[in-house]
Parts: sequence; structure tokens; C-alpha cells
Amino acid sequence: MSNERTIAFRVNGREARPTVPAHRTLLEALREIGHREVKSGCEKGDCGACAVLLDGMAVDSCLTLAWTAEGKEVTTVLGLGDLDALHPVQQAFSEGGAAQCGFCTPGIIVAAKAILDENLDPSEEEIRVGLSGNLCRCTGYTKVFEAVAEAGAALRAAGSGR
Amino acid sequence: MYAPFELEIPRDLAGALAALARGGEAGSVALAGGTNLIVDMRARRERPGRVVGLGDVAELKGMELGEDRIAIGGGTTVSELLRSAEIAAAAPSLVESARLFAGLMVRNTATVAGNIACGSPAADLVPPLLSLDADVTLTSAAGARTVPLDEYFLGYRRDVRRPDELITRVSWPRLAARSVNTFYKLARRKGDAITVTGVAVTIEAAGGICTRARIALGAVAPVVFRAKAAEAHLEGRAPTPSIIEEAAAKAAEAASPIDDVRASAEYRLHTVEALTRRLVSQAFERLA
Repeated sequence: MSNERTIAFRVNGREARPTVPAHRTLLEALREIGHREVKSGCEKGDCGACAVLLDGMAVDSCLTLAWTAEGKEVTTVLGLGDLDALHPVQQAFSEGGAAQCGFCTPGIIVAAKAILDENLDPSEEEIRVGLSGNLCRCTGYTKVFEAVAEAGAALRAAGSGR
Repeated sequence: MYAPFELEIPRDLAGALAALARGGEAGSVALAGGTNLIVDMRARRERPGRVVGLGDVAELKGMELGEDRIAIGGGTTVSELLRSAEIAAAAPSLVESARLFAGLMVRNTATVAGNIACGSPAADLVPPLLSLDADVTLTSAAGARTVPLDEYFLGYRRDVRRPDELITRVSWPRLAARSVNTFYKLARRKGDAITVTGVAVTIEAAGGICTRARIALGAVAPVVFRAKAAEAHLEGRAPTPSIIEEAAAKAAEAASPIDDVRASAEYRLHTVEALTRRLVSQAFERLA
């Protein structure tokens, strides 16, 4: 079925124009064009490993059809910062040891960024509710919650939400 | 992975309704947040021929906060419910269910209309909306009709909505000044968990007498429903412990739960009674 289309969207500030069928998810389209930092986990909206920002809003890319991202800005964990210039959330996760195997970490960092975009000083309850769609099967959440609070503190100190 | 389908992404409501009306042999299905539909299509439980994406339909958004009624567009997301101080005041039970709804990414895309239309007995926004006496407006290319949510569900995943109709609007009357409206979700965890038993309650009282009661139960029958015998037992009476106890027993009598991976039917019956007793008692205590 000639059900393919070239769609244009931006990923981490760069233009992308993948040609994909209607049933391709944004997760699949992103990984096909090299964005392997976006992870495929449950593909049911439970685990949050595939979370990206779509026009600034955290979504599960596994539940988003690629065509519906047309004209939008996609931000993956790499768009927040990289090894040369970590985002304060990434810095806090790194320094706080808030990762074990790391598979869930890209999605958790994206969700954490979205939480802090709304509120730079979330309570622990707000952090927990905010991360309820992100599962870590290695270790636990204590250091993750601490890292989000620490990142909020760092962002407050820097006087910006970036 | 998926059965192939055509995907249309109309720019406005008229375009969406026209696309749904075209239907075709394999049928059209509306795609709102996708948090149920995409999962069901991937599992091939749903195999629509045409999918109509509603993400660009601005007419499905928005809230009208009237003096007498609150109305929200069907495309209102769960996160949007949480961001509105007005909704928090006008529908406390709905906001509580939104807070405990799935996870952040799902809350950001899942819509009120989608939660109703999926027809799940565990749909978490439905008990609160039933406890608020909500109406839903169904719109097709041929026109619109409004039905009480209480008459919307016909049976397990069956409802009165035709395939060419969208839930464009959900509205409910403002709560009375002396009223309490609450929701309790019993589940394994607070977040990202399917409900074992959900109870939403609205209680109004005047002069020590219950003037209005609504008790809506989720995940304990083929559909979310109101325990009307329990409501009637409270209305017009002073809420003594024995009256509340009897009403809670009537709520459990009206439930017909199943055993599943989350809980036994026996446990669900026990918790319907316990939670109804608790929420109704707490409501009267707050009104005293």
C-alpha cells in the first residue's frame, strides 16, 4: 500500500525529513534516523523509556504516530545537553549516581526536565507523581528523586529554567 | 507489526467529522491521545481501515466556566485538567482521578473523550464525571446530540456513540455550596496502575439531612455505573452510621465484579463496601 509520506520535523534543532508509512511510530522513526538514545521499552505507555519532548511537552514516542509530529520540535535527551555541556538535570543524575544500567535514564531525564519546566521547586510528592510513568527495573527511585530535586535547586540557583 | 491503515490528520472539526463519515468497509476510528488505541492496534485487537487523528482539531479544546455549568472540550487532556485551578474547585473528584492517572507522558496526551469512549470499566475519569452528573455531547457531520453520561454506556465496551460521532464536549452543573465531591482509587500503586476499585461520591446536605447523593463505582462491573439504590437510601435521611452502613451494603449489592490479575471479585466487593462507607462518612463529617 503506497501509504508513505515524507514528513518534516525538527529533532534537537535539526531538520529531519524521514519517509515513513502511516503506522510508523515516532519512536521507530527517530531510531531509524539514528536517534538510538530514545529507547524502546514496553511500547504500551507504561515504562517511559521512549519519552521525548514534543513542542516542549513530554510524550511517549511509542504511542505517537510519526505523521502527527509534522512541523513540530522533538527534543531527545541528547537535545538537552551532551558530554561537553551537560544539562543541570543530566549533571545531577551523573553526580548523584541516579542510574544503574541506564536504559530508563534517557526517558527519566526527559520527564524530569518536563517536571522542572513547570515547577523548579517540586515537592517529593510532585516528583513522584511526575515520574509515575517512568519505570526503572534495576535499582529504585530514591537517587532519581534526589537528583531531580538537586537539579531543581541548581536551576533555581542559576536563576533560569533553561 | 500493525495491520495497514490510512491516516488522515484533519485541520478542523468539520474535516474530522467528514473523514469519520466516509468510514468505508474497514471503518474509521478517531485517534485522540492514542494511549489506548495505539496499544490496541499494535496488539491487533483493533484493525481500523482508516484512522482520523484529532491532534490538530482546535474545536475539541477549551473550557467554559459558566455560572451554572462547567464545560470542557472532549480533547482536553488529563494534564490540562490538572493545570486548571477552576476545574480543581469545580470538580475535586475529577482532579483527584487525573492526578493518579497513568504516568506523566500518558496524562499529557490522553483525553477526557478518549477515556470515556474507550469504554473500559476501569476508565478513571468516568466515576468522577458520573458523580458530577455529567452530560456528553456527541457530534457528527449530521448534527449534535447531548446524552447523560449515565445513559452513555450500554455494556462492556459498548456505548451509544456511532462510529461517525465524536465526543466533542463534556459538561456538568456546578456543585452546590454545601457539598463534598471525592474520588478514591484503590490500586497497587498511586501511579501507573489500573484500578482495582474506584469510588466517586458527591454528597449534599442541609439541616443534618442528605439532600443529594451520588455514588459511582469503577472497575467492579462491565461498565462504570451509579449505585442508585445506595444513593436513594441516603437521600432525605439523616446520615446515621447504620444508614451509611446500609447504603454501603447496597453499593456492594449493585456491583458484579470479576476475578482478574489485579484482585478477586470477593476483594472488590469488600472494598466497594468499605470505600463507599468511608467516603460517604467523610463527606458528612466535612459537611457537619
